Amino acid sequence: MCLALPARVLALLSADEAVVELGGVKKTVSMALTPEATVGDYVIVHVGHAIGLLDALEAERTLALFAEMAAAGDAAAAAAQAQAAAPGGGA
Amino acid sequence: MKYVDEFRDGAVARGLAAAIAAELQPDRRYSFMEFCGGHTHAIARYGVAELLPPQVRMIHGPGCPVCVLPIGRIDQAIQMALDQGAIVATYGDTMRVPASQSLSLMKAKARGADIRMVYSAADALKLARQNPQREVVFFAIGFETTTPPTALALRQAAREDLPNFSVLCCHVLTPSAITHILESAEVRQYGTVPIDGFVGPAHVSIIIGSGPYEHFAEEYRKPVVIAGFEPLDVMQAVLMLVRQVNQGRAVVENEFTRAVTREGNLAAQAAVAEVFELRERFEWRGLGEVPYSALKIRPAYARFDAELRFGLGYTPVPDHKKCECGAILRGVKRPTDCTLFGTVCTPENPMGSCMVSSEGACAAHYSYGRFRDIPVVSVPA
Ligand code: SF4
Repeated sequence: MCLALPARVLALLSADEAVVELGGVKKTVSMALTPEATVGDYVIVHVGHAIGLLDALEAERTLALFAEMAAAGDAAAAAAQAQAAAPGGGA
Repeated sequence: MKYVDEFRDGAVARGLAAAIAAELQPDRRYSFMEFCGGHTHAIARYGVAELLPPQVRMIHGPGCPVCVLPIGRIDQAIQMALDQGAIVATYGDTMRVPASQSLSLMKAKARGADIRMVYSAADALKLARQNPQREVVFFAIGFETTTPPTALALRQAAREDLPNFSVLCCHVLTPSAITHILESAEVRQYGTVPIDGFVGPAHVSIIIGSGPYEHFAEEYRKPVVIAGFEPLDVMQAVLMLVRQVNQGRAVVENEFTRAVTREGNLAAQAAVAEVFELRERFEWRGLGEVPYSALKIRPAYARFDAELRFGLGYTPVPDHKKCECGAILRGVKRPTDCTLFGTVCTPENPMGSCMVSSEGACAAHYSYGRFRDIPVVSVPA
């Protein structure tokens, strides 16, 4: 019910309608709630309406943060394993 | 899909799980409530529960609008279609929710009620234009994400002066539900339902912003991390919550910065404020009557209010005796605690609302988590 997906704005049709592309599918949605969106932007589409914009720069930053956290996690896991495997380790 | 697949990467998920494990304090347990059904769905579907260390427990909250819709409201919609001959337009998710007298909107339709599934509030308006001789009622449900589209439809109906369109408004508010849970006896008497923090709503926060959650963090000393609905988002949120708990902090943090700001969508908020006002009380399934937890249509738009137009009264109806939805929605019980789970009650034949929507705790566990319950038995060679 609350799921919404990012879609790219392909063309603005009128003051409050646009064609967006959602995973290869084209759809006409209402832009009344995101009047600032322009062609090429990513919007979050829910029940036929764009409810907000997706900030591409922030998305990249979040992904970079994940990668950093995951690498730190992997390193911690490897260290713990090495300690457990070392003779007398983990005791 | 761009901005979806990148947030589902398995290797990164395992790395994040290791990062969470590395930060846990060995002598404590962590319980976090994910408020949204979207998170419940992601946790079940992508195996997030399996990836998390056993010390971390996710508690499913009441954040699925289909699941919290009480029987009495569905009865009202059925009544308008069956007794008043109206065309009732609604989102697909509400069609199979059990109502009184073994009915549902779907079963009422089989009995001749004119019930139409629509994809958006604007489609309900279209139905009204196409059927000028009939009353068309939009059965509007949902949290803050579906409310602005309903507001736009009402504004448009007023502009066109559509005489045969009205809305049965069942829109509910997320922050009041969270407050209600924090005020409940089960949570206050810490131990029945321990909650160390919340994974906050994703799409709801696109509309209202992260600001409205700040007072929980302060008043109830519970950390809140607003998170997106992809599995990596949820895992990152858990990591952020663990850190806050460890450091004794309780603030609102935003993991979903790619779509959520502190202020939210101002255009959407303006549309909602113009058309709706607070309802003094509204019944939620599982939570009972929650004060100031829902919206009603403002007097200026009264002629489009189905409750006034059809003189509908509200009668609360208890759930099926054996259905544990209420306790599950409050985080007190798990789907497997219900004796009907997976036997009498399945997604094909739901007995309660949590089995209807794929974001309900019972449906999510039935579809993706059921096989975890079966112990692995090794056959001796
Ligand atoms: S399994 Fe069915 S009957 Fe039991 S709590 Fe869930 S929805 Fe209700």
